[in-house]
Order: sequence, then structure tokens, then C-alpha cells
Amino acid sequence: MSEARKDGAAPASNRWRRFGEWDARPLRQDLFAAENPEAGFSVFRSPHDPAPSLTIEDGRVSVMDGKAAGDFDIIDAFIAAHHIDPEMAPVAMAMDPGAIARMLVDINVPRQDLEALARGLTPARLAEVVGRLSALEITFAYAKMRQRQSPGNQAHVTNAKDDPLQLAADSATAVALGFDEIETTMRVASNGWANALACTVGAAVGRGGVLFQCSIEEAEELQIGLAGLASYAETVSVYGTERAFIDGDDTPWSKALLTAAYASRGIKARCTSGAASELLMGFHEKRSLLYLEARCLCLQRAMGVQGTQNGGIDGAPLTASMAGGVRELMAENLIAVWLGLECASGNDTRTSESEIRVGAKITPYLLAGSDLICSGFGSIKKYDNSFNPSLFNGEEIEDYLVLQRDFQADGGLTPVDEDQVLGVRMRAVEALADVMDELGLAKVGRDRLLSVVFASGSQETESFTAGEVTPISAQIKARGITAVDVVRALARRGYEPEAENLLLMLRQRLSGDYLQTSSIVRDGRVMSAINDPNTYRGPQTGYRMSAPRWDAVQGIRNVLTRERVLAAEDIKDAAEVDWLVARGTAGRGTDPNEVVIGVSPGFARQLHRTTAGHRLEDVAEALVGGIAEGGGTARLVRMLHTADTSFLGLAAARLSGSGYGIGIQAKGTTVLHQADRMPHLNIELFSNAPLASLDHYRALGRNAARYTHGEAPEPVVVPTQGEALGARFHVRVALLYAIETALTDPAADPVELDYRPDAGGANV
Amino acid sequence: MSDDPADDLSLYPVSEKAPERVRTPTGKPLSALTLEAVLSGEIGPEDVAITPEALLLQARIARAAGRATLAENFERAADLVRVPQELILDTYELLRPGRARDAQQLLDRATLLRRDYGAARVAALIEEAADVYTRRGLFVKRY
Repeated sequence: MSEARKDGAAPASNRWRRFGEWDARPLRQDLFAAENPEAGFSVFRSPHDPAPSLTIEDGRVSVMDGKAAGDFDIIDAFIAAHHIDPEMAPVAMAMDPGAIARMLVDINVPRQDLEALARGLTPARLAEVVGRLSALEITFAYAKMRQRQSPGNQAHVTNAKDDPLQLAADSATAVALGFDEIETTMRVASNGWANALACTVGAAVGRGGVLFQCSIEEAEELQIGLAGLASYAETVSVYGTERAFIDGDDTPWSKALLTAAYASRGIKARCTSGAASELLMGFHEKRSLLYLEARCLCLQRAMGVQGTQNGGIDGAPLTASMAGGVRELMAENLIAVWLGLECASGNDTRTSESEIRVGAKITPYLLAGSDLICSGFGSIKKYDNSFNPSLFNGEEIEDYLVLQRDFQADGGLTPVDEDQVLGVRMRAVEALADVMDELGLAKVGRDRLLSVVFASGSQETESFTAGEVTPISAQIKARGITAVDVVRALARRGYEPEAENLLLMLRQRLSGDYLQTSSIVRDGRVMSAINDPNTYRGPQTGYRMSAPRWDAVQGIRNVLTRERVLAAEDIKDAAEVDWLVARGTAGRGTDPNEVVIGVSPGFARQLHRTTAGHRLEDVAEALVGGIAEGGGTARLVRMLHTADTSFLGLAAARLSGSGYGIGIQAKGTTVLHQADRMPHLNIELFSNAPLASLDHYRALGRNAARYTHGEAPEPVVVPTQGEALGARFHVRVALLYAIETALTDPAADPVELDYRPDAGGANV
Repeated sequence: MSDDPADDLSLYPVSEKAPERVRTPTGKPLSALTLEAVLSGEIGPEDVAITPEALLLQARIARAAGRATLAENFERAADLVRVPQELILDTYELLRPGRARDAQQLLDRATLLRRDYGAARVAALIEEAADVYTRRGLFVKRY
């Protein structure tokens, strides 16, 4: 810096280089927006938000949130007519909003009481109340207020080719992973019918009972549902401003009719709304995200839909760009469940390139639980997601499974093993190929099936292209093929369990049971907010995983048991190797350049390899060779009274003629010690054994010898790049070290060892 | 069904607790939906549809559970069961902004649904829309 000033030239970089490193992190691809209410960028509160108010005259709302009935826009009008409960409203609106906020987090106030109050609150008041809660309080209130007790999850199943075989295989995989709902959509709109057929067949493989939807234009979606090739719908979008609603080509009345139409066909439906959709559509009226969302949610309850897909959705990345935005997404989900709506709680759009932000985003939902934690978890790879990448994707499923295990929280997914997945994938593509053949839609070669079964994504498949699918899709629609035809085709081709699974879903349609709030189908039974209501009232209440469920959640791949660790290590029954032979009690040496190497009880007896993978024979050779190079004499002694590195080293030093000694554990942790020191005040230490090379051991031996000559050598530093060594090794370390500690005998004397390097290779 | 809401709640899930209360549109019991019946052609697509009676039962259950607006939706749905698909879709289209020329077109549709299908609750919804659309000027053509 000073030099740059002297010669007048600009410094090469007048900047702390850490900023450059931060610039290169994925996080810095995210955009962050400043608060600006005039431009629609306000999260919880805009100066243009109305103050909460309500006047009821003759049983009708005459003023709501500062607006007279004559000025109501289409959203106000519908909310005033169908959401506001004129009996509850005077009571609820007269209450102190702070008191209501406290009731939301009070375990002594039942959920039902709060739901009743919500029916008398205006959008502005609902937003005001949840705005008083911290992120933690929102999470807690959500856990208490959410509707169905058992949490669930929804998968996106799509691919970049609209390949029906892959859709079937991936649907079956999603079912095996435990998803309660599957949602598909297309790259090419005209492929909708083929997508629906493929997912219907795939979702029938395995446990069955999974609800399925095909996201497409409203009229087409209703037709597909009517044919039984979809069991729920989620695309009934609503918006918080009139202009955005109209640009969305709907009104609350058209959407209310559509909602009733779905129910009239026995199809479960939920609306979609989320923060910042109005901002993206250009009509935000300068209102805060939360206030507009409160309007959307009151409207949804007013329309009589059972639930909502809510929490940003397509607007989630924009919302997350604002300060407090992620808290807002949680707050709007809380309003949804407070209004008694099923909540498919967003977490379906990648809100960040930072994996840390992604993991943090999902955590409150994992802890609180949700009817459907993700309203679309990308069960396929990011590039195959025709909705756009989800918050979590095929690449990250195992991360999610581990988060469930970490927090002992049920995120709705179940670990799968390799054979199981291959089995269901094969079954799904075979079933679909046979169904397509039986229905005269297509004949599929074996090579295509196999290419799909093993593929992680569509970039690896030799299967249908989007263009090939279109005529098949057109045929399904034109010929009026229904789920009943699919049941028949499955049964005729020998897929009876799948035929029964699909028939079960059709039978459920007759009773309408899964039209009720928060319904899913598990083990052939409908579970909803009515027969599985959230009963959380504090510790030991509400949802807890059953013992079998917790077992299943724990069953991630490659869990190390003691037996597995020990089987993978080079462990022998206690036996002497021929390169290290015991010969009586060890005494104190007299050679002034002697370095005693004190080895641990199991060293080259039960244990034969360090955690870095070096054979102990090679490690001993490196230490002994290094001592010789430094002008010292090595002597090996086995300690039996301790397995601790410091005490091994100190005990060795006290036996050494020079007062210098090396202590080494079988796992490779090594210390250089001196006889007069305190046990834990060593000279040099290799604490990160997994990183220590043979050269490091040799250098340590050399240093030890040089100390005996009164030199002060440069300490050996084992470089670390910040690896999470504890995560990578400590399970093994703990189990290996336990073997050594079990061998110790506090009263045992050290044993002199005869080192015979020429015995060579006999420690097999 | 009594007037005690608890009695209605005890019927849920209907397929387990009161399967005898629902039938297919063709009058068959739930238990008739077997794989054999599908294979023999005894059961066809026309059998796999919800009835107004089942929807009204679910409406009672929803109301008993304190979900009045959901119940009203089920009641509107019961109205729509017998309305042909094309007419539903056409009515949906008519309710979209800028599709109807004027309020009268919506009122005519409400009258038709009430008269031909007894869909009084859906008709009321459309009449309410006609009123608000008039006030908000939603009869402007959009394309």
C-alpha cells in the first residue's frame, strides 16, 4: 500500500482478498433487493397498507380495512361476502392484536379457538398479528396451527423429454421415497395426457395410494381429472390485487366455480398463491407482500377450497431477495393454516444458489412439520424439472433424508436402498410399456426400458422424445381412455397389485373422503384434518414419530455399525507379528541419542493400519528410519498402561536415554515428547492422523533425533485444507480407539519390542 | 343423520365408517368396485364418479368440523355433478374477465343452471358475480 503511494501508481488490488473469495461463492449469484414500498418492495409493512378496520351494518360488511363497500374491488367484495363471519368479527376485531399474537404461541389456547377468531379478522389485521411474531415464534405457531397431524411431502416428477417411461420410473421411485403426492407438468402442453397416464401407472407401483396431479391449463386439467388420470389439482391460482387477478385471466367467482367443479368430479383441489406474484405481474398497488398474501388467503377460505399451495411459490426467490423475506414466507404459511387451510408450504422453488441458504430455508418446516412440506420437492434432477429447479432436488434427496435423521423430524420421506429402487423402476417401465401395448398406444423395445431404468436423468436415456409423445397423448385424449381402461390393462397383463392400487384411488373418489381438508391416502386409508387432526398442545403432544417410522427414517445408506467398521479395518485377533517381537519388561535406556517409540496396546497386534491407510509396518519403518537419519537410535516399547497419545509419548520419553520419546497410537496419532514436560505440553503432535503421510512420520523421527543432539529443528507441520475430519473419521476413530482402551491395564509394565524390519510382509 | 354435528363427524371417513351411505351414480355399492367387476365390464367409467348425495354428506361433515365455507363449496359441487362437462367449462369461461358482454349474459346462465339442473347455489354465485362485475367494469373485451 505504502509503495503504491510512493510511486503514484494504483495498487494492484486495494482490497482485502477475502472479498474476492466471497465474490466467487455461489451465494454471490443471488440478488438482494433494497426495501422500496413505492416500487412494491416491502415485506411485512408498507406505508400504503391500510389500517385494519371493519364495520358491519345489518349483517353486511360496509367498511373493511379502511375501504367502503362501494369501493371494494373484486377481492375485497368476495372476502367481505364469504370470509368475514359477521358474528365473530365484532369480537375478534375488538381484540388487542398483541394478545392474539400471544395466543398463537400459547399452548393453552386450542387451535380451534384461534381458527374461529380468524374467521372474524380482516386481511390487514391477520397480517398485523403475524407480523408481531419472530421467525422462531412463527415456526412454533405453525407447528401448533397446521391442520393434519402427520406431516407429508409432495414430489415433482417431470423430465426434459416428456418421456413417459421415465415419468413412470420416477413416479414409482417417488412413491418408494414416501411422497404422498406427485405433481407433473410438460415441456410441450399437448403431451399432458401421456404424462398423466405415465405417472398414473408409475404411482400405482409399490405401496400405492399416492395422489397425483397434472399441472396444465384449467379446462384440460379438469378433463384429465374426469378421466381418472389425476386425483387432485393445484393450479387454481389467486392473486392479491384486482389487476393481477384479471391479468391472470380469472376472477374470484370464476375460480370459485372451478373449485366447485373439481369437487363435483371427486377431485381434490387446492389454490395457489404466494408473496411477490403481484410484484412479478406488475400490479402490486405499493402494498406489502404479506398484506397482499393475507388477502389471497382470506379469499381462498372464502371460496371454500380446502387448502393452498402457499409460501412464495414462483415469487419465493424475489421474496427471499428482500430483508426478512424468508420470515415473510413463513408468516404467510402461518396465516394459511390459521385460516384452517391445508398448506402445501412452498419450498418448491430454488430460492438461492447457496446450499447453506437452501438448508436453512427448509429447517423450520422440518421442525414444525407441514401438511406437505414442499409443494413440489424435485424428486428428479434439476435439469429435468419442467417447473424449474425446486428448493431440494434429485441431487440433494440424501441431504434431506439426513436432515430428518439429524433433527429426528419427519419430513415425509423414507430412505430407499439400491435393489428396492431398481425393482420399482423396472416394474414401472414394464407396466407402462405393457399398458401402452394393451391399449394400442405404442410398442416399446426392451432397450428403451433398460436405458430409463438405470438413468439418473433424461440426458442419459435413449427413449421417447417430446415429439414422439405428442401423437400418443393425442390418442389417449381422442379415444377417451380413462383410468378404468388402465386398471383393466394392468390386470390383463398381470399387474394385479398395481391394478388394485389404482382401483383403490378410484373407489376413494366415490366417497369424497379425500376432498376434506389436508387429505392424503396412506395404506389405503384417507388421513385428513378430520380423522388425523393436529392436536399439538405442548411437550409430549401432537405428532411424534412411531418407533417403526423412526427406524425407517434412520435407515439412510451406509450407517456404520461397530461390526461394519471393524470388518473394514485390518483387525486381527490378538497375535504377535514377526516384525515386532515382545521380549520382556522394558527398562530405561542410557544412550544419550536414544529415542524410544512408545506404541499403543493394540499397535500391530489387533490393529494394523492408520486412519490414513498406512500399514503400521511402514509407519514404524518411517519413524525408525527418520531417527537414524537424524543421528539417533530407535528403540520400540509397547505401553500397556495407557492408550492416550500424550501419556504414550511421555512414558516413552521417560524410558529414553535422551529423555526424548515418540508416542504413537495404532490409528496413527503421534506425539513427540520430552521427559520433563507436563503430559499435555508436548513438543510436536500429529493430531490429524488421516492427513499424516509416511514422509511426515519420517520427518518427525528425524526431528526427535536432532533434539537429542541439542538442535532446535523446524517442527513438522501436517497441512490441513480445513477438511471436516471429525465428520469423515470420528465414527471409525471412536470405535478403533475403544479397542485400544479396552486393552489397557493400569498396572502393566511396558514391554520391550524387538524390531525386525527384515521379517517383511508377515503381518498379513 | 341427526342434527348433532358429532354424529356427522363420526361418519368420517365415509368409506370406512359408513360405506353403505355412498353409491355409484349407477346405484351400485362401493363394494361392487372390484377388479373382477372391472375386468368383466360390469364396472365402467360411468361408475367411478361422485354423487350429489356423497358431496352433501361431506358438506355436513365439513360443517360439523367447523369448516362452513368448505361445506358451501361441496354444496355448490353437488349442484354441478349433473351439469355436463361442456356446460361447466363454458360457464367457467363466461365467468372469466371480459368474456361476458354484459351482466345479462351471466344472469341468463344462472337462470339456465337453476332451471335445468336445480343448481341454485351455483346460480347465486353467478348472480353475485354479475353484480360485482358490473360495478368493477369487467365486461370489457380482453382479446
